[in-house]
Amino acid sequence: MRGMADLPLAMLAELTHRCPLACPYCSNPLELSAKEAELSTEDWVRIFGQAADLGVLQLHLSGGEPASRRDLLDLVIAAREAGLYTNLITSGIGLTPKRLEALDEAGLDHIQLSVQGVTARMADHIGGYKGGFDRKMHVADHIARIGFPLTLNAVMHRQNLEDLPATLEMAVRLGARRIEVACVQFQGWALRNRSALQPTRDQVDQAKEVIRDAISTYRGQLVIDFVPPDYYSDFPKACMGGWGSTGLNVTPDGTVLPCHAAETIPGLVFENAKDKPLAEVWHDSPSFNAFRGTDWMPELCRTCDRRDVDFGGCRCQAMAILGDATATDPVCRKSPGRPLLDGLLAEETLPEVAPDLVYRRI
Amino acid sequence: MTPASIPALPRGVRTHFDRVRGLPVLLGPERVLMLDQIGRAVLAELDGVSNVRAISERLADKYEAPVAEIEGDVLEYLQDLAEKRLVDARDG
Ligand code: SF4
Ligand code: SF4
Repeated sequence: MRGMADLPLAMLAELTHRCPLACPYCSNPLELSAKEAELSTEDWVRIFGQAADLGVLQLHLSGGEPASRRDLLDLVIAAREAGLYTNLITSGIGLTPKRLEALDEAGLDHIQLSVQGVTARMADHIGGYKGGFDRKMHVADHIARIGFPLTLNAVMHRQNLEDLPATLEMAVRLGARRIEVACVQFQGWALRNRSALQPTRDQVDQAKEVIRDAISTYRGQLVIDFVPPDYYSDFPKACMGGWGSTGLNVTPDGTVLPCHAAETIPGLVFENAKDKPLAEVWHDSPSFNAFRGTDWMPELCRTCDRRDVDFGGCRCQAMAILGDATATDPVCRKSPGRPLLDGLLAEETLPEVAPDLVYRRI
Repeated sequence: MTPASIPALPRGVRTHFDRVRGLPVLLGPERVLMLDQIGRAVLAELDGVSNVRAISERLADKYEAPVAEIEGDVLEYLQDLAEKRLVDARDG
């Protein structure tokens, strides 16, 4: 275990699980919080202050759809007063021009707008919300008019990877400075929909080529952050930059998590920010300490020269695939669990396997 | 980026003093860059009016170093930030 834990740079505040959309790849847990369980404005304001005191520099206001909170403006004001760089992660639905102007006034630093597709047909199919695409485009116009710095968030999967070039063009057209193109990560609802969403190897190879070309084409114009599909990699991702080392999540009801899927790991007990100051949770919580450092690692990782690069990969993935949160991430080529993962991949990407999407619902 | 370019921090990118770690940082979308002395000195000169040449001359004066050398470093530093869209440049 490290002597003094590193301090978190970023906090993800999941303000609510309510969302007008129903994306089947949503990373929220299957068991969603109801409105009645949500933290109050005062709770969040106090938590933002504690986060800034703890060393958090960047706050991501997320959800669900953060605009579903009527107090979003007050929360942004409080976040800026706490000295936090404030980023809004939104589908755009619920952001009227008037609300956007007020957020501008409040000093909101940046907006991340999620897109479910490049055409109304695809976007409304994936979002499960008719008319969503048109509304979003309308919101995007106002974001550009006001001059908010914009990042487009696009989740790519089997049903839309062919639209990757059009997605990049869309980012430029909407005036985004940045695009995050993430191949779907299998947590929460996405895990439930894995076989419907898992891209094929051909798609992945093509996508990598598109991204390679796009990075040079758009250099200096559009920053492209690409998250490759995990299951096709040789080594796991450095999940959260290491458990309990650079960031934390607070869920709608105030539960403090080392990562958004941590609740899928049985045996971990999580604190609530209503009961305990964030600093105490960060430093002393057994859940945050569970996978810090290298003591918890299996021999395979502890003796590996990549242990400080990927930290043995994602704990939630080891749990989801192997049923053991302390195992080497099965994405790793050296993991004894890799054949199991390869088997899943082969099975789920057969052309005849295309199950219906299960939409995210409360 | 050329000596005639006029660099500026775009909206959504700002310098900030991290009071907990006691460090100056540059904050942008999904980015936290620790600023060393050089970074801080260069960014402090961005006023939206001065071009790279003028900025380099001021820094050369301040640090008593040859302008050509400083200008090379300034160009390289700002070019890197511009590719990350953390600095905008317009032609002077
Ligand atoms: S991924 Fe879709 S359903 Fe989930 S919070 Fe975002 S917009 Fe809502
Ligand atoms: S063995 Fe462990 S530390 Fe080494 S590459 Fe694989 S997951 Fe990473």
